[in-house]
Amino acid sequence: MRTIDASEVTSRIREMSIESNYHVDPAYVRKVEEAKAGETSSLGLMVLDQITENAALASAERVPYCQDTGVSIVFAEIGQDVRIEGGLLEDAINEGIRRGYRDGYLRGSVVNDPLRRVNTKDNTPAVIHYRVVEGDRLKLYFAAKGTGAENMSMARMLKPSDGREGVIRTIVDHVFNSGGNPCPPVLLGVGLGGSIEKAALQAKWALFRELGAPNPDPLVAELEGDILEAVNRTGVGPMGMGGDTTCIAVHVETYACHIGALPICVNVECHAHRHAEVVL
Amino acid sequence: MRSLDLPLDSEVVESLSMGDMCELSGVLYTARDAAHKRMLEDAARGEPLPIDVAGQVLYYVGPTPPKPGAVIGSAGPTTSGRMDAYTPRMLELGLTGMIGKGGRSPAVVEAIAEHRAVYFAAIGGTAALLAKRIKEVELIAYEDLGTEAIRRLVVEKFPVVVAVDSRGKDIFAEGYKAFAK
Repeated sequence: MRTIDASEVTSRIREMSIESNYHVDPAYVRKVEEAKAGETSSLGLMVLDQITENAALASAERVPYCQDTGVSIVFAEIGQDVRIEGGLLEDAINEGIRRGYRDGYLRGSVVNDPLRRVNTKDNTPAVIHYRVVEGDRLKLYFAAKGTGAENMSMARMLKPSDGREGVIRTIVDHVFNSGGNPCPPVLLGVGLGGSIEKAALQAKWALFRELGAPNPDPLVAELEGDILEAVNRTGVGPMGMGGDTTCIAVHVETYACHIGALPICVNVECHAHRHAEVVL
Repeated sequence: MRSLDLPLDSEVVESLSMGDMCELSGVLYTARDAAHKRMLEDAARGEPLPIDVAGQVLYYVGPTPPKPGAVIGSAGPTTSGRMDAYTPRMLELGLTGMIGKGGRSPAVVEAIAEHRAVYFAAIGGTAALLAKRIKEVELIAYEDLGTEAIRRLVVEKFPVVVAVDSRGKDIFAEGYKAFAK
């Protein structure tokens, strides 16, 4: 049994929350840069230029890329041969968020309760998901999830008869109707199958995949390509003002499901793609 | 690129067309969800608003805390659709312009045309860059709302696009058409 001190978790979460808000995923910025060559809207091109310029500026000056520094999402993969000492893992994660958001001059964007709506001022609590895996390591994934895109996410229970075409149509219609709200060009995390909550979790998890890497299942990878192409034919474009670049990548995660079900959840990610991970 | 002075003259507002790229210089006021809700509760009770919105432009923004020595933290636009419930009333009170991101409801687009106002889109997420164009910040009201408080900003060459013009032409309803395949 290997032991990890809770204070180590706190310090890594603190660091990831600050650094990811200052330096968005460089792979995303590269994709936006590449998209300029195929963007025929002059307004769209202006938007893409402003996005890459903003990324460089935020990084160089060490300031948040976006003022919405997000709700903090953490996936913790806990090796079953690991023991956390010196406190509760959940408390250690939240303490890291608290320190990161304070020390990094990040915005507290979390209210204590959906009805009372009092700002907790330190962005806690994080939304935390735990998974128990083999081994003696603790892997922590962090994301700062802005709400412009999160609010444009969607879950629906399709019928098996809707099939592959129904899946594509549902996603394309949804992205079209979302227009500029989620800050396109977006990344789409799609959870397909499972149950309503499994699909939602898979959709979120899909956003943590290396940007643009295809699903290892060729059938799913082909679906990802077809969704991407169809979404980019909508004309929604950068920030929804018309253009060719609506979506940067589609990541689909699948799971077994009931004979009578085809659950789907789409978790939309904006161009402020703030992700980090660490292994302890 | 058009350079516009704030607050906007009504002739200037009339001259703007959907899709125009503009740079704004002058005074803006910040207000987002909670400040809108509170202002209209004040108005409903017959109390004066903390700012006279007549002729002014509101920026839907909740900035990050400023780093030591900075005028303001990162300060990009938030989703305007969340202010749709409040906007027709704000326009009745004389508001001339709004800056945010994303589309507006049909009722808001109609109200913009009726009151000969304008809705500008700033580029969402580009908050570090937009903060550079903000030269002065003064807290005006609702300090307890933190990032959602009302602040008076002086901006210089603040980049925006005319998203809904005073005739109700809406880029979020029409912009995609030329590029849909």
